[in-house]
Amino acid sequence: MSQPLLTTHDLRIGYAAKSVAGPLNLSLQPGQLVGLLGPNGAGKSTLMRTLSGLQAALSGEIHLNGQVLASLAPTDLARKLSLVLTERVEAGHLRVRELVALGRTPYTNWLGSLTAEDQRKVDWALELTGTVAFADRRLPQLSDGERQKVMLARALAQDTDLILLDEPTAHLDLPSRVELMRLLHELARQTGKAILLSTHELDLALQAADQLWLMGTNGSFAQGVPEDLVLNGAFERAFTATGFVFDRLTGTFQLYPSPTGPAVQLTGEAGPLFWTRRALWREGYRTEPGAALTVEVQSDRWLIDGAIAVTSIQALLEELSKRLKGR
Amino acid sequence: MTPRLRLVLGLLLAATVVGFLVNLTLGSVAIPLREVVRIVLHHESEQTAWLFIVEKIRIPKACTAVLVGWGLSVSGLQMQTLFRNPLAGPSELGITAGAGLGVAAVMLGSGSVTSLYAIRQLGLSGSWLIVGMASLGSALVLGLVLLIAGRLRDHVVLLLVGVMVGTITFSVISIWQYFSQPEQIQEYLLWTFGSLGGVLGSHLYVLSGVVLLGLVLAFASSKALNALLLGEAYARSMGLTVRRARTLIIASTSLLTGSITAFCGPIGFIGIAVPHLTRSLLGTSNHRILIPANGLIGSLLMLLCDSIAQLPGTQSILPINVVTSLLGAPVVIWMIVSRHKSVFV
Repeated sequence: MSQPLLTTHDLRIGYAAKSVAGPLNLSLQPGQLVGLLGPNGAGKSTLMRTLSGLQAALSGEIHLNGQVLASLAPTDLARKLSLVLTERVEAGHLRVRELVALGRTPYTNWLGSLTAEDQRKVDWALELTGTVAFADRRLPQLSDGERQKVMLARALAQDTDLILLDEPTAHLDLPSRVELMRLLHELARQTGKAILLSTHELDLALQAADQLWLMGTNGSFAQGVPEDLVLNGAFERAFTATGFVFDRLTGTFQLYPSPTGPAVQLTGEAGPLFWTRRALWREGYRTEPGAALTVEVQSDRWLIDGAIAVTSIQALLEELSKRLKGR
Repeated sequence: MTPRLRLVLGLLLAATVVGFLVNLTLGSVAIPLREVVRIVLHHESEQTAWLFIVEKIRIPKACTAVLVGWGLSVSGLQMQTLFRNPLAGPSELGITAGAGLGVAAVMLGSGSVTSLYAIRQLGLSGSWLIVGMASLGSALVLGLVLLIAGRLRDHVVLLLVGVMVGTITFSVISIWQYFSQPEQIQEYLLWTFGSLGGVLGSHLYVLSGVVLLGLVLAFASSKALNALLLGEAYARSMGLTVRRARTLIIASTSLLTGSITAFCGPIGFIGIAVPHLTRSLLGTSNHRILIPANGLIGSLLMLLCDSIAQLPGTQSILPINVVTSLLGAPVVIWMIVSRHKSVFV
C-alpha cells in the first residue's frame, strides 16, 4: 500500500462543550473514493468540517501529506484540500467557466488574473466533469445535478490532492446521484486524488466507494472495504440505535423487520425469489423452510402447494390470502 | 473581458463625459454647451460671469456628483456581496446614519455651531476630523450590523435590523437636536436633504483623496469579493482569510460612505440601485469589471439626478436626496418584486 495522503492520530472532534466522536485514527489513500456514512447526529458533518480545517479539533492531530493540517497557512491548505458543500450556491450572473476559474484563487495574484496555466487547469476540470457543454451558461440555467458537477469542476481546478464533499447528493434526483457517484469513482481512479464524501446514500456508497468510514451514534467507528463491513456486522452495529434492521443478504434496511404472520416455505429461482420474498414480508408472511404452505418460484410462474399456478405476484398474494381464509 | 463588455464600458465612459458637460450647462443661468466645452478646454469664454460660474461652482459640483456616484455605488456593491444580500446598501443598513452620528459627535464635542452645514465653515484640519469621525461612525454601525447578520439568514430580516440600527442612531442625533436652537435644527434638516453644491476648494481635494483611497481598497478586495460570491465556507476553502477580507471591505465602505455623507448629507438609493442596474446591464458578477462599471453608471446617474434637481428652465432647485429617492425607490421595488426569479444578483 502506498503512503496515505491523510492520517489522523487520536483525533477527537466536537464542540467546546461536547465531544462528538473520537479518538479517531483514520487514513486516506490516494486514488480512492471513500464514503463517510452514519446516522444523523453521529458527527459526519463535524468530522468533515474538522478535516477541512473549518473547525478546530478538540485534541489529536491531522496530517495531510506529512504536514500538520492546523499549521498550514490558508493558501497552502487551499492548494492541498478543496471542498464541495451541500448548500445550493447562488452566484447569480457568474458563468460556469468563471465559477470554475474561482477554483484557481489560491494560485492567482492579488487581482485574481488567470495565467495560461490557470486556463489550462480550468479546461481540464471542465472536460473531466463533462461540463464543457454548458461552460458559457449562467448558474440559474443549470439543473441541481449540473450545478454539483460544476462545483466539483471548481474543486478539481483547485488542483488539490484531496477533495472533500459534504453530502453532495442531498438535493439531487436519483439519476443525478448515480451519475455523480460514478463520476467521483472514475475521477479518483483517473487522477489519483483521494476523494472523501459524506452521504446518506447507502446503496450508492456501497457500490461506488473503495472504502467506507462508518460512524455510529454511540461514538463507534469502523473503516474498511464496504463488503467487509457488511459481512462483519459493522453496518448493523452503526445503525442499531436507529431502530432499523440492516439485512446483510441484500445490503438494505428492512422496513418490516420481523413479520409475525403465517409461515410460507419459499423456494426457486434467485432473481424472482428476491422480489417475491419482499412482497411476502410486506404482507406480513414469515418465510421459513419446512412451513406447511409452500410457494415455488419458477421462471414465469409461481406454484402454490405444488398444485396451483399463478402468473403474477399480485395473483399469488390474492391466492394465498384466499387459501388462508379457507383454513 | 469580452468585446461586448469593452464596448459597454466604453459607451458608459463616453456617456459620463457627455453627462458631465451637459450638467455644466444647467442651472439658474443656462450656458450653451459650446461655451461650456470652450471653458473646460481653454479656460476662456465670451462672458466672464460664465467662466466664473462654470469654474468655481458647476465644475466642483459636477466633480462631487461623480465622486458621490462612484463612492456610494461601489460601497453598495461591496455590501451586497459581503452580506450576500441584494437589498443591502449604505443607507439601508444604517451606515449613512452612523456617518451622521460621527459628524454630530464632532460638533457636540467641539461645542461649536451644532449644524453639520458648519463643516463648510471649518478649515482643512476640521474637515479631516469630520471625515475621520464620519468614517469611524460608519465602521461602527457596519461592524454592529455584520455581527448581527452572522445570526441571520433571512434577507429581509437583515434589512429590518439595518433600519432599526439606523433609527437608533438617528434618535441619538435627534436627542441632541432637541436641545439645540431652532435655526440649528433648520440647518440640520437642510443637511438631510443632501447637497452636492457645498464641496468647494480644499474640501473637494479632501473628498477626492478619501474617495480615491476607498476605491483603491475596493479594487484591491475584488478577488476576495469574487471568492465571497460562493459564500464564506467556499471562500475559506479557497485560501481566503475571511477576517482580513472583511476588514478591508469595511474600511473601504466606511471611508466611501463616511466621507460622502459628511460632505453631502445622506444620499439614498444610489448604493442599492446602481449595483443591481449594473449587474443586469453587464450580466456579470465579476467584481474586477463590476467595480469600474458600477462607478461609471453611478456617476452617470448622479449627474442625471443633479441635472433634474436643477429643474432646467426654472429658478428653483430640488434637494438631491429627493431626486435620488424618486428615481431609486422604484428600482428597489422592482427588485423586490422580481426577487423570486433571481434572488442574489
